[in-house]
Amino acid sequence: MKLLTGNDLVSGAVTWWTGNGWSIHVEDAADVGEHGEAILHAEEGARRVNAPYIIDALPTENGPRPAHIKDRIRALGPTVRTDLTLKPADPTAGDWII
Amino acid sequence: MYKYDNYDQAMVDARVAEFRDQINRRIAGEMTEDQFKPLRLMNGLYLQLHAYMLRVAIPYGTLDSRQMRMLAHIARKYDRDYGHFTTRQNIQYNWIKLEDCADILEELATVEMHAIQTSGNCIRNISSDQYAGAAADEVTDPRPWAELLRQWSTFHPEFSYLPRKFKIAVIASYEDRAAMRLHDIGLELVRKDGELGARVFVGGGMGRTPMIAPEINPFVKADDLLSYLEACLRVYNRYGRRDNMYKARIKILIHEIGADEYRRQVAEEFTHVKTLGIDPPLAELERISAFFAPPAYDAANVEPDRNDPDFALWLDQNVKPHKQAGYAIVNISLKPIGGIPGDATSAQIDVMADLAEKYSFDELRVTHAQNIVLPHVAKRDLYAVWQALRDAELADANLDLISDIIACPGLDYCSLANARSIPVAQKIATRFADMDRQRDLGELKLKISGCINACGHHHAGHIGILGVDKKGVENYQLTFGGSGAEDVSIGKIIGPGFDEDGVVDAVEKATEVYKALRKGDERFVDTYRRVGLEPFKEAIYG
Amino acid sequence: MVEFRYRTDEVTEQPSVTLDAFLDQSNATAVRLEPDDDARALIPFLDRLTLIEVAFPKFRDGRGYSAARILREAGYQGELRAQGDVLVDQIAYMRRCGFDSFAPEASLNPDAVARALAYYDHAYQGAADSAVPIWKLRHG
Repeated sequence: MKLLTGNDLVSGAVTWWTGNGWSIHVEDAADVGEHGEAILHAEEGARRVNAPYIIDALPTENGPRPAHIKDRIRALGPTVRTDLTLKPADPTAGDWII
Repeated sequence: MYKYDNYDQAMVDARVAEFRDQINRRIAGEMTEDQFKPLRLMNGLYLQLHAYMLRVAIPYGTLDSRQMRMLAHIARKYDRDYGHFTTRQNIQYNWIKLEDCADILEELATVEMHAIQTSGNCIRNISSDQYAGAAADEVTDPRPWAELLRQWSTFHPEFSYLPRKFKIAVIASYEDRAAMRLHDIGLELVRKDGELGARVFVGGGMGRTPMIAPEINPFVKADDLLSYLEACLRVYNRYGRRDNMYKARIKILIHEIGADEYRRQVAEEFTHVKTLGIDPPLAELERISAFFAPPAYDAANVEPDRNDPDFALWLDQNVKPHKQAGYAIVNISLKPIGGIPGDATSAQIDVMADLAEKYSFDELRVTHAQNIVLPHVAKRDLYAVWQALRDAELADANLDLISDIIACPGLDYCSLANARSIPVAQKIATRFADMDRQRDLGELKLKISGCINACGHHHAGHIGILGVDKKGVENYQLTFGGSGAEDVSIGKIIGPGFDEDGVVDAVEKATEVYKALRKGDERFVDTYRRVGLEPFKEAIYG
Repeated sequence: MVEFRYRTDEVTEQPSVTLDAFLDQSNATAVRLEPDDDARALIPFLDRLTLIEVAFPKFRDGRGYSAARILREAGYQGELRAQGDVLVDQIAYMRRCGFDSFAPEASLNPDAVARALAYYDHAYQGAADSAVPIWKLRHG
C-alpha cells in the first residue's frame, strides 16, 4: 500500500493522510493508491502539510507499517527516548520499529 | 566576555522582527516551502523527522550563566525539557513549532543570543578553542578575532547565497582543539616579528569528500584579515561549483584548481579588495579584546585534597591545567554511560549555569566534542564543583576516553540520516563502562555519524563509525586512524560493514589488538599508525 | 518588467545584449550578464553603459551578488538591474551589493519589499552601498 505523509506546516508534527484529513497516528493512515501525487499537491498548496511525500507500507492487523525504518521512526518517535514517543507508556513500542 | 552595544542589539532585534514577518508570510501562503527554506535555514530552523529543529548559535562556544539559563528556559518552555549540544559548539532543540520560533528568538535576543546563520549556504557560526583565554599554550585569546569575524560575516550581502555552507574556525595555539584544518577556512593566530596575524588554511572539511585544508597564506596581518577573507570568499562565490551540491564546498574548488592556483586568484582579488577600505582599524579589535580581559584571579595555588577516589579520578581525567596558577579548567562530560552524547536536561543546564556563576567568573564553553567547560575554576573550589556535578549526574570522568563519544543525532532525529548513531554510542559506552578498562585504553576518540555528511566527525575519529543504509537495513562501516587535532588525518575504511552489535564487537576486538601491540605510552591511533591495518583486520575479520 | 527602481534617471529603452555580443561588436549601451559571465570583462567599457542587467535564473545562485559589487567597485554608475528569480528577502542584500533596479519574474508585494528594506538601520560590513559600517560608526 501507499501512504502520504509529511509534517504539519505550523507545528512541524508528523502527519499521515487519512483519506479526508491528517492524523498524527500512522494507524489512521489510508492507502492513497495512485492518487498520492494529486492529494500531495492539493494539500501542500492548501498549506495543511509541509514537505509531503509518498511511501510504501505494509498493511498489518495493527494498521499500516511503513516499509522504511526512517518512516517507522517518524511514526513513533526517537528510539532512544521512548518517553517522548507517541506511546510513552509502552516500553516495548520501539520493537515495532526494528 | 563580549557585550553587545546598541548596534549589536539593534541587529538581533531587527532579525527577530524580520523573521517574524517571514514566518507570517509563509503561514499565510505568500511563500512556497522552497522559497521559505533558505530563509528559515539562515535562522537555524530545519524541518527534521519529528518536528522543526532550531539551532541556536553559541558564538565561538562562549556563554555566560544568564545565557545558559536562557537555554534551559527555552528547553522548558518551548521544547521537551532538554537540548542537544553540537559539534559546532551550538545547541539544538528538537521539538520546535514554527509558530513559536519568533518568540524564541525574541527571548534569546534579550540575552544577546540568536540563531543567525546557524544553517544555510552562508558563513556559519565561527568556532574556536574551548580553552581560549585559559590555555597556557595560546599565543593570544582567539575569541576577539572570532567576534570580529562574527560581525563581518553577519548578514554579509555578497556571501549569503554561496554555493554551499561555509565554516570558519579560529585557534591560537599549536595544539588544535577545534578541528581547525577540517573547516572551510581555518585560522591559526601566530606571532611574526612581534606582530599578531593569522595563518590561513582553506578548503578543509568532512562530509562525503573529506579533505585537510592546505595552507594558503602563512601570515595575514590583523588589519588585512577581513579583506583577505573577503577575497577568499569572493573567489569561491564566483567559481565554486553550483552544478552538483555534493561538489559545491570550497574544498572541491581548491582540489580541482589546486592550492597554488587558488592562492594566486585570492592574492589577485586581495590586491583589489584591499583598496576598498573594508578592514576595521586595529582599534576595533582592541575594543573587542577589552571584553576578553582576564578575570580578577585571586586564588592561592593550593592543590585539592585527593582523598575521595572518585574525585581524584575526575581530577585526573577531566581537569586540565590553567595558565593562571591556582586555577584549573574543568571539563563537564555530557557523555554518561548509556546516555545520549551532547544532551542535557534543563535542570542540568541550570546547574552548569549556577556553577559558572559561582565558580568560573560567570563563563562557560561548549566544546566541539559536545561537552561543556568551566574555564576558570579556582583549585580550592574543585571539590565543591565536583560534588555539585555528581549530584546532577554530570561528573563522568571520561574526557577523551572511549566512552566520550561524538555522535550526531542520526536517524532517531535527523531527516538526512541513513542509520541511527545514538544507540551505537550507547552500546559502545556500556560495553566499556568499566573505568579501569577505559583508562587503560587511554585517549581514544570515537566518533559516529549516521550518514555521509559526517556531522559526527567520523573521518576525524581515531575510530570512526559511519552508518549507512544497506537495502533498508542499518549498517555500520568502521574507519581507523583519523584525527581532528594537530596530528590531523582522515580515517580509512577498514573493510565491509557490520550490524549494530557487530560494530560494537569489532571495536572491542580493535582495542584488544591495540593492547597487545602497543609500545610505551602509545595511544590507539599511534599504534595503528605504526603497525598498519593488517593486525586489526585479521582480528576483526579473520 | 522593472518593478522596483531606486534611481531617478530615465529608463533605458535599448534592449540589452549578451556579453559575447557586446564584446564582439558593439555600440550597445545595455548588456545582460548570465551567472557564468565574468563581470570584469565589462570594466573597460563601463563609461558607455547605461544598463547592466544581471540574470538570476535561480534565486539560490548567488554569483550575481559578486558581479554587482565588482561592477560598482570598478566605478560603474549606471543602472544595475537584478532580473529573474528575485525574491522579497533578497532585495536588501542586493541593494547593498549595488543593484538599484529589480525585474522579478514573479511579481513581489511592494509592502513586503518596503518592510524588508527597512528592518536594518546599519550594517556590520562595508559593501557597494553608502551604508557606513558599524565599526566606522564606533570609531568615527
